[in-house]
Amino acid sequence: MKIAVCIKQVPTRDWQPRLNDQKTWIRDQDASYEMNEPDAYALEEALRLKEKHGGEVVVCSAGPSRVAQVIREALARGADRAIHVEDDALASADAFVVAEALAAAMKEEAFELVLTGLQSDDQGFAQTGVVLAERLGLPHATIVMDVQVGAPAAGQVRVKRELEGGWFQWVAMPLPAVLTIQSGINQLRYATLKGIMAAKKKEIRKAAAPDGLRARQRIVSLYVPEKGKKTEIIGGSPAEAAKTLVKKLREEARVIS
Amino acid sequence: MILVVAEQRGGRLNRASIEALAAAQQVAAGAADEIAVALPGADVKAAAAELAAFQIKEVVAVEHAALEPYTPDGYVIALEQAIRSLAPTLVVLPHTYQTRDFAPKLAARLDRAIATDVIAVKRAGGGLAFVRPMFQGKLTADVVLEGDAPHVATVQIGAYRADQAVKGTAPAAVRALEVSLDPAAIRERPEAPFQEAKQAVDLSQAERIVSVGRGIKGPEHLPLAEQLASALGAELAASRPICDAGWLPMERQVGSSGQTVAPKLYLALGISGAIQHLVGMKGSSTIVAINKDPDAPIFEVADYGIVGDLFEIVPALIDALKV
Repeated sequence: MKIAVCIKQVPTRDWQPRLNDQKTWIRDQDASYEMNEPDAYALEEALRLKEKHGGEVVVCSAGPSRVAQVIREALARGADRAIHVEDDALASADAFVVAEALAAAMKEEAFELVLTGLQSDDQGFAQTGVVLAERLGLPHATIVMDVQVGAPAAGQVRVKRELEGGWFQWVAMPLPAVLTIQSGINQLRYATLKGIMAAKKKEIRKAAAPDGLRARQRIVSLYVPEKGKKTEIIGGSPAEAAKTLVKKLREEARVIS
Repeated sequence: MILVVAEQRGGRLNRASIEALAAAQQVAAGAADEIAVALPGADVKAAAAELAAFQIKEVVAVEHAALEPYTPDGYVIALEQAIRSLAPTLVVLPHTYQTRDFAPKLAARLDRAIATDVIAVKRAGGGLAFVRPMFQGKLTADVVLEGDAPHVATVQIGAYRADQAVKGTAPAAVRALEVSLDPAAIRERPEAPFQEAKQAVDLSQAERIVSVGRGIKGPEHLPLAEQLASALGAELAASRPICDAGWLPMERQVGSSGQTVAPKLYLALGISGAIQHLVGMKGSSTIVAINKDPDAPIFEVADYGIVGDLFEIVPALIDALKV
């Protein structure tokens, strides 16, 4: 089966936020980047489905040239080829712009299954996969924890969706479909040296973002959040801090004896 | 007019709907807008009556047999018609797992802008700015939506309080809105919701919880957290990545996809405090955070914080508790 995985490159988890001069976006040049974590799980799920059902995995990403780093990583983990919709403006684009840029590049490929992470660690819209489904005219399921291709019948997919508070639900739908994958659905593999070498020969098709993409959101101000609660930071050496904390928990908060 | 889309399951109203209603009332107060509440489902009369108690213009029951059980196709088809018919300027929904599933598709079908996970709404130059977390809560953004009305916003659970929703002096009108919905147009076939094997640990009953996050680095360090838990008389819990990695069972996960807890003491070890975790524990009476990153969002909800290496601090805490 022909599977697409949409991945995003996001700042690393330990990145310390720094704002641009206009305070409307981050200082891109200061950030270090990695593959968005839920997208990594989507990629792993696609690779497992390919191992089971055959076919190919095509990794798709929309972003500036630096995005090539996570595309190479995905190819090294086992994706067969890639589509890179390259445009500097995509670095801070909203979910509609990213989904429409991806949809334009993916449409003629006629993928049978499209996987992506349920949301990104940068802007965190949790919209792109769902909007992509709409633009491709496909059914979708979000927050997916298990994927059974060919169930309950050929040409269908049955997925386990996570609901709130420890509840789950199986949902079936016809293929092609778009699924947004939850972190933890599988155990990630890492690229082998052989994979890294093989990735160098794999095709990355570059596509331009289509004309007339229209932003639906504009960030007018970006800032460090104000604290809602007064936190008492306890200083000193580990031993001193530990002693002070225990005293406060006993005498001030009275939550331990 | 602001349209709130409320959520029910099996006829029972989701409390987050009332929070969304409170948000809409606060936005409306500045512009004397009116508020209507749409409630989709197969039989929503009881829940509609409950919503009618609030200070709103009307409750619009969007009833159709094919809206039970919930499907994204069914909801998008029905709500597209409801929104076109009611012509609101703003559509407000709670940011639940269900609205995450259909609201972006609804906005895309209407070709209208949507802001998700909104924590506040500001008036800005004649329009609205939606405040939402970005970069895992490290930053907050004021976002303006572009293009024609209605704009769509989903409101983060807990950002507005349900008890701030203003009740009306008399019940609001409830009316039904006819929608045409061909069951054959619904592509998804949901099965009944279920819970995994019965949960052996009920963290919601724990008086004290020690919870570990990525900062614990590896499963070989869990005994350290266990020792601290035992010294405090606490249950051990974890943030999602720890359970995803299989270091602790899923039943010990705190957060939006795990358990919601409110113990007397919640001690977070090496947990950065992603919003999905915070919503599951911020009701705790006393919160202690130990983290090496002074900018970690967990410190925003903590009463006491120690910035430092948990591998030095936890042994010192275990010692201090012996005295």
